[in-house]
Amino acid sequence: MNQWQNFSKGILKENPVLVLVLGMCPTLAVTSSAINGLAMGLAFTFVLTLSNVIISSIRKIVPKIIRIPVFIVIIATFVTIIDMVMHAFVPDLYKALGIFIPLIVVNCIVLGRAEAFASKNNVLSSLIDGLGMGVGFTLILTVLGMIREILGAGSIFGYKFIAPTSDGILVFILAPGAFLTLGILMALNNLYKNKMSNKPKNN
Amino acid sequence: MEYLIIIISAIFVSNVVLTQFLGICPFLGVSQKMSTAVGMGAAVVFVLTLATLVTYLVYYGILAPLHLEYLQTIAFILVIASLVQMVEIIIKKISQPLYQALGIYLPLITTNCAVLGVALLVITKNYNLGESIVYAISIGIGFGLALIIMAGLRERLEFSNIPKAFQGVPIALILAGILSLAFMGFTGII
Repeated sequence: MNQWQNFSKGILKENPVLVLVLGMCPTLAVTSSAINGLAMGLAFTFVLTLSNVIISSIRKIVPKIIRIPVFIVIIATFVTIIDMVMHAFVPDLYKALGIFIPLIVVNCIVLGRAEAFASKNNVLSSLIDGLGMGVGFTLILTVLGMIREILGAGSIFGYKFIAPTSDGILVFILAPGAFLTLGILMALNNLYKNKMSNKPKNN
Repeated sequence: MEYLIIIISAIFVSNVVLTQFLGICPFLGVSQKMSTAVGMGAAVVFVLTLATLVTYLVYYGILAPLHLEYLQTIAFILVIASLVQMVEIIIKKISQPLYQALGIYLPLITTNCAVLGVALLVITKNYNLGESIVYAISIGIGFGLALIIMAGLRERLEFSNIPKAFQGVPIALILAGILSLAFMGFTGII
């Protein structure tokens, strides 16, 4: 597998949210606006990429039996770093994302990639794998946030395109909207995949 | 009265799964059958309460006096992971029936973000020890309630004709959306 395939698999083929159905909590919780989704995705990419790099560079020294606690401590360290950085420089976003920044620790994608990929591959591949998965995650969160923001608030990235006094379909910003939008997005992805797998037979 | 407000709001008004989005993975993963949903719900109530108690003591007994508050994420996740493992070993030793009922769910709970989430929320909300315990138990019950309702709905879903693209997770998410809409009706009772 060349490095480009390694990078791009996280974006559609093995997309962490749409295909692997991992990391659902932040996906649903923080996507009430596009900017929140983007920020969460970037914070997540930072943690995933750096923890992948460190874990793959120490993979030969860590004894097999205690590897999970070691991985968790490394991941938690990067989460604490991004938590403090965001608290200091972007306090508004930090407040909006709230508890879901520290909860990156228990995000199954991060530990999953550490266990399934970084602990078995070299540093460069792990770096690219982390970046690819991170970009795939960020993409979904941003798209989801955009859809919900357009429908729910009539704005995009905070720029309002309907009359400033009117509201959108408020339910899409609230909790039910998150479930409904993601459900429909996943169904569309399934539809696309079914079409793709049927095509070769017709030809 | 204080406690009653905490209980009602944690179970119904801001239900942990349906409005706070904590613990979505087990909510979607183990809500296929009623019996597993009940087992998972009971295991979560148990671990959540214990974990909140221990992390509360760790925070106010060790981290706060030493001004190490910034270590809370690392400390909490390690405490929770080892606690779950310890509980598993102890239950296995003292009560076989209980182990058979809860045992298989315990390893799954470490990655349930509701556990770490509640441990962190209790600190942010400045609850005292009593309030923290009540809050943790109520959150656990709220999780169990959502899980059991969902399992009941999904058992019936088995017999219905779902469009191919919606089969599996997508229809479960739509269902959760409708359920969440129903729970929004509780907003305003406090």
